[in-house]
Amino acid sequence: MRDVAVIGIGCTKFGEWWDRSFRNLIVEAGVKAIEDANLAGEQIDAMYVGNMSAGRFIEQEHIGALIADYSGLAAEHIPATRVEAACASGGLAFRDAVTAVASGMSDIVVAAGVEKMTDVDTSMSTDALAGAADREWEGFVGATFPGLYAMIANDYMHRYPLTREQLAQVAVKNHYNGARNPIAQFQKEITIDTVLNSTLVADPLRLFDCSPITDGAAAVVVAPLEMAKKFTDTPIKVLATAQASDTIALHDRRDISTLDATVAAGNRAFKMAGLERKDIDFVEVHDCFTIAEICAIEDLGFCKKGEAGKLTEEGVTALNGDLPVNTSGGLKACGHPVGATGIKQVCEAVLQLRGEAGKRQIEGAEIGMTHNVGGTGATVAVHIFGRD
Amino acid sequence: MSVPRFWRKIPQRYNLEGTRCETCGRYFFPPRNLCPTCRREGKIVEHTFKGTGKIVTFTVIRSASDQFAKLTPYVLAIVELEEGPRMTAQIVCSPEEAYIGMPVKAVFRRLGTEGESGVIYYGTKFAPM
Ligand SMILES: [Zn+2]
Repeated sequence: MRDVAVIGIGCTKFGEWWDRSFRNLIVEAGVKAIEDANLAGEQIDAMYVGNMSAGRFIEQEHIGALIADYSGLAAEHIPATRVEAACASGGLAFRDAVTAVASGMSDIVVAAGVEKMTDVDTSMSTDALAGAADREWEGFVGATFPGLYAMIANDYMHRYPLTREQLAQVAVKNHYNGARNPIAQFQKEITIDTVLNSTLVADPLRLFDCSPITDGAAAVVVAPLEMAKKFTDTPIKVLATAQASDTIALHDRRDISTLDATVAAGNRAFKMAGLERKDIDFVEVHDCFTIAEICAIEDLGFCKKGEAGKLTEEGVTALNGDLPVNTSGGLKACGHPVGATGIKQVCEAVLQLRGEAGKRQIEGAEIGMTHNVGGTGATVAVHIFGRD
Repeated sequence: MSVPRFWRKIPQRYNLEGTRCETCGRYFFPPRNLCPTCRREGKIVEHTFKGTGKIVTFTVIRSASDQFAKLTPYVLAIVELEEGPRMTAQIVCSPEEAYIGMPVKAVFRRLGTEGESGVIYYGTKFAPM
């Protein structure tokens, strides 16, 4: 297996883009990534695109070819593949790109992710997102996606000492970081009261515990590490790529409050990289809901079960803490264009490791991790990155 | 959900018909035809569940898609059946009544109406015991 590096990144601003199309967003991200890598389009060997539900959101399938076409690559006839794993689609597209390069099958590969969610009303997007869980045995009986995470939160709070304020602090922290990220959907700081006074969506989760509906796209370019220096002075090495799966329905899990797929993917990633938890300088975790960040910190092994609320309250996961979590603002504040999220996380890790994260830069960051979840934990992708 | 897709699952949705692996004794609801523990060594037989159980965790859904919007707020729970398997279901009780550990029993109720076709479908909910 060859070592792989990220040589270019590009991201649209995340938000509600009534005036922009799916194609327009993904092409902007792709062009930015290719320019960032100092590439010419015809040097690209293959493309993987993470997208959850263009069929429901814009009634368009066959996304791989569409994007290659609108990126001006139709005449090159490159392989272009859509990857779908609900909210983990982007993480898996990235993993497929890394695997393609590591294997020697391809050299220069683009991994992208995109979702255009605001062309349909909220009822339709709620229903489309419920497809990330078990349609027949969860969605059909009235489970919504926030409702499933609310049941995780309720189970967790019944068993562990997590306060409502600690949970709210996750959102407060991520909004603080988002306010320092130019691409974030929300660039306004909030307080614990903002969260506690927001509308109940599914008890105990309130509106400000939930990631928003977002339009956006992100793209990265990967290449063999040995070639990377030809394109950039700051290649970022992929130290580990890991993926795991679990039962599709939350009710079939071994433990409601533990994402075993996160545990498995995390363990595999640390083993592959030959690193320990203390080696990680920052992590982008999948905070589709505040409770999801609490579970992720624990399930990745950064603390014991039941301790992440306290760590959050103490500021350990804040920008200036020992383990900054979600410096981008996370899904909560940066926004969650489902298929793009896993790629955006990679973009954030690369910016931090290059030292280009501006107002949210972590001093001397050398090793970072990304964690992308599909559904309520049926798919998880974990990656570790380091400066070369 | 399309009519045939719903109709296929009527025995399970109406009567809690699941399966059991005779090799290891595990019960499955919804039914599985392959035991994840015994795989090819498993011998799967049909099993109708008693319909009693307890709430493992729950929430109150206050915002739902059109199909369920009229029902909000409603209690949604993961119920552990007495035989072991867990399932997601609505609980026929007020948001204030529900608690973790609450004993419940299966009841046959209207689940919802399909938007354009107007098809009414029924299924299992749970009620406090
Ligand atoms: Zn068995």
